[in-house]
Order: sequence, then C-alpha cells, then structure tokens
Amino acid sequence: MRIALFITCVNDTLYPRTGQAVVRLLRRLGHEVVFPESQTCCGQMHYNTGYRREAQRLAVRFVETFADADAVLAPSGSCAAMVRDNYPRLGEPGSRLDRAVAELAPRVYDLSELLVDVLGVTDVGAYFPHTVTYHPTCHGLRLLKLGDRPYRLLREVRGIDLRELPGAAECCGFGGTFAVKNPDVSAAMGSDKARNVAATGAEVLCAVDNSCLMHIGGTLERGRTGVKAVHLAEILASTEQEPARI
Amino acid sequence: MSTPQERGEFGTQGARPGGGSRERVLARVRAALADVPAREAPEDVAVPRAYTPAHGQGATVDLLVDRLVDYRAHVHRVAPEELAERIGLALAHRRAHRVAAPADAPEEWFARTATTVVRDGGGLDVAELDGMDGVVTGCAVAVAETGTIVLDAGAAQGRRALTLIPDYHLCVVRADQIVDGVPQALPRLDPARPLTWISGPSATSDIELNRVEGVHGPRTLEVVIVE
Amino acid sequence: MSSVSPRSPHSAVPAEAVPAHRSATFVGMPPFPDAARAATRDSQLRHNLRKATHTIRDKRDTVVSELDDWSELRAAGKAIKDRTLRHLDHYLERLEEAVTAAGGTVHWAADAAEANAIVTGLVRATGERDVVKVKSMATQEIELNEALAEAGITAYETDLAELIVQLSEDLPSHILVPAIHRNRAEIREIFRDRMAAWGAPAPDDLSDDPRALAEAARVHLRERFLRTRVAVSGANFAVAETGTLVVLESEGNGRMCLTLPRTLISVVGIEKIVPTWSDLEVFLQLLPRSSTGERMNPYTSTWTGVTPGDGPQEFHLVLLDNGRTDVLADTVGRQALRCIRCSACLNICPVYERAGGHAYGSVYPGPIGAILTPQLRGTASPADAALPYASSLCGACYEVCPVAIDIPEVLVHLREEVTARPGHLGEKAAMGAAGWVLEGERRLGAAQRAASAARGLVPRRLPGPGAAWTDTRDIPEIPEESFRSWWRREGRHGRAETEGPAPGQLRDDPAERAGRGEDGGR
Ligand code: SF4
Repeated sequence: MRIALFITCVNDTLYPRTGQAVVRLLRRLGHEVVFPESQTCCGQMHYNTGYRREAQRLAVRFVETFADADAVLAPSGSCAAMVRDNYPRLGEPGSRLDRAVAELAPRVYDLSELLVDVLGVTDVGAYFPHTVTYHPTCHGLRLLKLGDRPYRLLREVRGIDLRELPGAAECCGFGGTFAVKNPDVSAAMGSDKARNVAATGAEVLCAVDNSCLMHIGGTLERGRTGVKAVHLAEILASTEQEPARI
Repeated sequence: MSTPQERGEFGTQGARPGGGSRERVLARVRAALADVPAREAPEDVAVPRAYTPAHGQGATVDLLVDRLVDYRAHVHRVAPEELAERIGLALAHRRAHRVAAPADAPEEWFARTATTVVRDGGGLDVAELDGMDGVVTGCAVAVAETGTIVLDAGAAQGRRALTLIPDYHLCVVRADQIVDGVPQALPRLDPARPLTWISGPSATSDIELNRVEGVHGPRTLEVVIVE
Repeated sequence: MSSVSPRSPHSAVPAEAVPAHRSATFVGMPPFPDAARAATRDSQLRHNLRKATHTIRDKRDTVVSELDDWSELRAAGKAIKDRTLRHLDHYLERLEEAVTAAGGTVHWAADAAEANAIVTGLVRATGERDVVKVKSMATQEIELNEALAEAGITAYETDLAELIVQLSEDLPSHILVPAIHRNRAEIREIFRDRMAAWGAPAPDDLSDDPRALAEAARVHLRERFLRTRVAVSGANFAVAETGTLVVLESEGNGRMCLTLPRTLISVVGIEKIVPTWSDLEVFLQLLPRSSTGERMNPYTSTWTGVTPGDGPQEFHLVLLDNGRTDVLADTVGRQALRCIRCSACLNICPVYERAGGHAYGSVYPGPIGAILTPQLRGTASPADAALPYASSLCGACYEVCPVAIDIPEVLVHLREEVTARPGHLGEKAAMGAAGWVLEGERRLGAAQRAASAARGLVPRRLPGPGAAWTDTRDIPEIPEESFRSWWRREGRHGRAETEGPAPGQLRDDPAERAGRGEDGGR
C-alpha cells in the first residue's frame, strides 16, 4: 500500500528519528511511503490557542497536500485528532474546505490505527528487549479512541516487558500552549505523571505523541530518573539487526 | 460578548413582587434564540429515549433490601400477620416511649406495642414533634434499584414535618408498592402533592467526601417490608 | 458581580443576631495562572484535593458503570435540555402559569441586583430578620447573603460544607462540596473557634471524627431550623408542565428549610427548567450518580406551589437571568446552560485537582466555571480572559459530563473571543510569525536549518518566557537535521522491502470505518 506520511511539524523539526522509524517500519512491512513536501503543520497550536484563521489556512494547505492520498499517517495522536475532530469545525458548512475535510479526514490515521485497522497487523516483527510502560495520551484515549490498539502492537514485540502505568488516563499536563500559559499547574501534572512512570520501574516510557513525550520526558530527565521517552514507532521499528538507540 | 452590566442595559429598579423584569427577560430570551426557526415547535427537537425503561433487575424485595442495607437502614421482611409484632419489637428495641403516627395509619400496626402512639392530624407543633422518640408511617412507592422510599403525604404518611423532625423513622412498605426503577415510580406519583424521596438515613459527604450517616434528618431509618 | 463591604458590627440588628461575620468575595482575585501557582505550592491543599477528588471519582465510576444504558441516558439528558433551551421562552411562560395556578408567586430578575432587591423586599415583608438557606449556586452567584446583610437580615447557611465556608469567612471552592479544600482537622478548628459566634457552640471536646463533626453541625443548627420562619433555596429542576420544583440533597437541611418555615423563596436560574414531569426519570438517574456517586442521594424534595396545611404557606419563585441570556445567544456557548451542576467535571479535572477551586475566581470553578464564568461576566478583565486557558484540553470533563457539554469545544471558542479582543500583541505576533513560517514549506525548512545550526548554542535553561518550560523540564536537543532534509538527502531513495498489496486493496471501506468508531467520537 502507498502511504502518505504527514510527519507533523514537531516531529519534523525535533524528532526526525520518529519519522525515520516510521519509514523503516512501513517499508519493512512491504509498503510504499511518500512524503508530500508541501506539508507543514496541522494548525493544532493555533486552533487550540484561539487563532482560528491561522488554523484555517493551515487546514487548507493540509487538504490540498493530501487530497489524493489513499491513506495519511500522522505519527502524532494529537495531530491526527486535530484533522479528524477539529477540521470539521473549521470550514463553513458546505464550503470547499468543509467538503474537502469530510472527504479526506476519514483516511487520516494514527500509527496504531493504520497498522491494526488498515494494514491488519499487530505483529510487526519488532524486537525491543526493555521494560516499557505506555502512556495512552488524552487525544489517543478520548478523541481518537485508540483503545487497546497500541497495547496489541506492543504485546507482540519480542523481548519487551510491559508494565502497567498507574493513573494512565490522566493528562500529563502538556496541553500545547497550556504548558506556557499555566506553567505551574502544567509542571505539577507533569511531575505526578513522571512519578507514576518512575514507579513502574520501566526503562522506557512509550506514547504515540512526541509532544507529551517531550513534556514527560523533560520532567523525567530533570528528575534524573534515567527513564527514556520513546515514540511507539521507534519501538516497532526496532529489530535485532537494527535495534533502536535509547 | 459583553455582559449586561458592561452594556449598561439594565437598571436595578423594577423589583415589584410578582412583576420585576418579566417582559425584559422574555424579550432577551427571544432575541437570544434568533437562530431557532420560527416554525420549530418544542417537540421538533428530537429527544432520543433509547435508554432502558427498566434495568431488568426487577421490582424485587431482595434488591430493595440490598440497597437499603447498603445505606445502613435497618430492614425487616414480614408476612402481613407478623407486622404488628415486628413494629412492637422495633419500638421496644429503640426504647421508644412516645411515637407519632399519621391520623390515618392503620390501628392494627400498633396492636402489639406498649409505646404510646400520638396521632397527628396536623395539630402537633414543632416542639411536640421534636419531643417524640420516633414516627411510624407508610409510603407511596418504593424503588428497588435505588433503595428509595417515596412519601407523598397520602395514606398513612402524614404531612412532611411529621417524618422530618423525629430522629427515628419506621416506614412500612407493602410489596405491591415496590417498583423496578425511577422510570416506574414517576407515573405512580402525583406532582401536585409534596413528595419526599428517601434513600437511607440522612447523611453527608461534605467531609473529605466520605459518607457519614446522621445529620439533620432522621438519623435512623427502619424499614419493614410486608410480603 | 458586586462586592459588598463587610457588615458593620454596629448595625441596627440586635447584638445576639449579629455574628462577627465578614463576607469574602472573589472580586480582585488574581488571574488563574497566578492564583494557581500559590495553590500548587500548598501541600496541604494539594493533599486534601487529591484525596477528595479521587474518592469521588472512583465512586462515580462504580455507580455509572452499573448502568448499561448510561450513554443513552446521557443522550436523552442532553436532548431534553436542548429542547428546553431552544424554546426557553415557551417553557418559562408554562412554568410561571403552573406555579401561579398552584398558589405560588413568580418574580423575574434580569440581574443580580434585581434578584437581591426582590428577595430582600420579600423577607422584609415578613418582618423577619433571619433566614435559613439551602445550598444554592444561584444565590452565591448573586451574593445574596451580602445583600441581605446590608439590609440587616442574617442568612444562615445550613448545608454542612456551606456552614464551614460561612463560619470561616472563606470562599466556596467546589459546586457540590464548597469546603472540599478543608480536611477534618481544619473543620474541627473552624467549628471550635467560630460556632459560638453564630449560635450553639461546638462541644469543648469536639474530635475530628466526621461523625462528631456532623453531630456538632446538627446541634448547632437544630434550634435554628425549628424556629426560623423564612427560607431561601435554589432548585435543581423546575418542571414547566406542572410547576414543580425539585431539590436534591443529603443531610436533611434541605427538607428542614423547605418544610418548616412559613415563607419559602426559591431563586432559580432560567436554565433549570425541564419540560415535563416524566423527563425527571432521566435526570434523577443522571444527577445522583454523577454528583455524589450514589445510586440515589438521601433526600429529594419536590413541591408545587403551596399545599394547605403542609409546608410553607407562602411560596415565591424568583427566575434569574443575570447573564444567562447572553450565554443563550451564543450558539456554541449555549450548551453550557445544559449544566445540571453535578460537579463530575471538577472531580475528574487534573487542573482543578492541582489549582483548587479558588483559583478560578468565581463561585463556578473547574471546567464548567472556565466556560460559564467568562460567558456570564464577559472576557474583558484579565481574570475572566485567563479562564478559557485554564485547561489542557484533555477532554476528561466532556467524557464524564452527564449532559454531554463539550467543554473543550467551548473553551476553544472562548479563546477565539479572547484573541479577537485588543491586546495579546506578543502572542499574536508569535502566532502570526509561526503561521507565516508554517504556511510555506520552504520557510519552514529554512527555519529548521537555522535552528540546527544554532543547536550547540541553546542552553538547557531558557531565560524569559521560555523559563516557564525549562524551570521544571529539560528541553529536547535540536537534531542535526530535520526529517524533511533527511528525506530529501536519503529517505526518499529507499523502497518497500517486499511487494506490498496493491494500493486501494486494503483501503478500508468508509462505512466499515464509521462502524468501528466505538461510540462515534466527537
Ligand atoms: S458541566 Fe457537566 S459535568 Fe460539569 S457540573 Fe455541569 S453537568 Fe456536571
């Protein structure tokens, strides 16, 4: 299958290794990856902060860029949710944007949805000999409703030791500009989440969203816990021949 | 958006009892609903009622008992011929000397008790009610699923103050008064009457959100179910 | 909202009726981020809130999952409220008619001052100087107690948590349990120090056992209930068809106030209406389970006008607008009026749990407060403009709301309103610049190259606004090259390792996809 990768601006700029892992993984599974270069950002930060017009312009760019794609993979739960959940609120009902979104949004997937629902795999042949705990993220849990898809993928990984995260459903406190507008509450939420992560004894914290991982990971690092934050794609791309660097 | 205060639209006069700003408020409501088509009737707004009329647990005595016990009420199940004896025992156990009862509560209920029963037809004042060791009434409906007893000030129930001021309430529930859930209870009740829905003794969760029984309402609820 | 000066100890009221009581007010509180900062550093408060909210969350979860038709009840609750709101004028007139026919008197108040004037006038007409009160959000919102105090009338709060707040001259921090921020030891101190000034004192040997504290409240208020002749209440629901008012409570203080006084005055927001008696079958299932996490709350009272020989013989209903019609006029924000004040959204909210209720600067704290307060008061003041941002948009509130208020949607909508106001120049410039960069892939590529080139220069702790991030978190290292530059250099040359299925073959059927959307998403 030919999969159009929407890398997302945060991954593009700060976490290219997540994108590289996605490419490696999908090619290993026998699929073609294309990267339409006119892509930039889904507009989530603008939309969530109250800048609707800016978000609209980015939405137009997104639907133009990906209009012809069979399947769009956004390896960031919150960006996939932005497109699926919020884009339909951006265009005037019946407008070009509105119609284009209605047409495209159902083909935009998070990584676990693409693998489990579209490509029909849970065992991707990965090897990752580490203790891992999974943070489901708010967008993954409550907007995309990923359910147990990420766990089904992780459980098939060779060598993995999965640990249950206490208080998993609770927000990590990132929330985009929330982290800057309400730094104290955000940090308090982050440190509670980091404490729960550390309590599992896992070496690795996994999620489908690098924004949350940046926040929790940064808190874990500051606390010198030694726990590393790693995107699901990197764990699934990891093999005995080419193990993930953590 | 600006608030009415910001716009300086409203004065504070016009506080006539029975009047006030009726027309002004209604006009503002209508203006706010400019997006609602004039032809739309209230019933045109669909209300999906796909919820289940009853949760299939039945109008069972077992369920009602389970719920009442959960609320820390004292519960007994008796045959009709055992009722008077049970009431007598309960009042003796409670060491009640004087209890109140509605004027129309059946005389048979009190056939086997030594406790003085003071009948209230509305004449007892608050201080007299406060001096009672308890009150014995019937009920209108009982809801099994939620462990609720509903009083409607009807037969054998008396006015609301009667079951409120005494610290102990003994309530007689007939099996045929028990319904499954809230949806079965409402049609049996007349909204024109003052209703009191009682689910266990008075309680509060205001201290650290832990439930503690016994605040202002009767601190002890005893229920006798007649099957 | 108006602020009222502390009541003078030299007022005309007889000395024994004048508790040395000062009214606290939310006016002048700092905006949310500043108020929350102090709260996050108060370890006692954090502990109290954490314990209480987690207790109630678990209870709610248990009783909600007991009902397999919860989502259907929720859909019905939402729709009944929508029907009411879209035809509110119709239902208000029905309600007025029915209440009047049953012997009650209906008053209409456009704003807080008018409502206060109506209630004060009604109490004065009875000649009484004391009123007992059942917990009511509407009367807190209009600061009725302060208005009555100005008129020489003392309002006694009778709900346990309200009593704690009133005795300690504190502010409510939760809509269901206004003293949720206090633990048992603090409550014991408040009772011991303050009860005597208001009536029956607390026993000398009062312990901090919740049972003993509840007993102290019972003794303190008992006489008051038995002799006070005027009561003020709110209502959870008002049934338009029958004119019936409904109050749910636990302690029996509500029954006392609704039964024993001669005169009952109920102040009710115009959005509290439900159309019919049978509609209560939905709300009497949704509310107790969402709110105290019980299958049913201990006491629910319903009354219709006046019943001769039973309960108050004079009944006044004050219908309150006070900004609600502004909320109604906003087609996105309108849904906030569906709220049945269960407090589930507060209890689940991770921000509320850490910031506490006072930080929201309003009687309506938590997620519902963050959308309701700025709609009722507008977003002109810095404090009100900060409220829509007091959320990480995690969506937990929407998930638990029994009437499906999409709180995140309204928050974002209100943020748009805030950014449309003058000001926020720095942020607007930043957002504009980010938008400009992101609207062109070349500009984005150039910005990424500049960042990579400077990566060695970025310190682990940033100055200025960036410090908000790096005070508690490390920032990620900026990689050597962006994904897009790697792709151009290397990534695009790779291929699929095995022959994949033909395009389209696996492309899922939209119908099937819609089917697997669990409960449909949002
Ligand atoms: S917004 Fe919803 S969850 Fe929050 S108090 Fe209102 S009804 Fe309850």
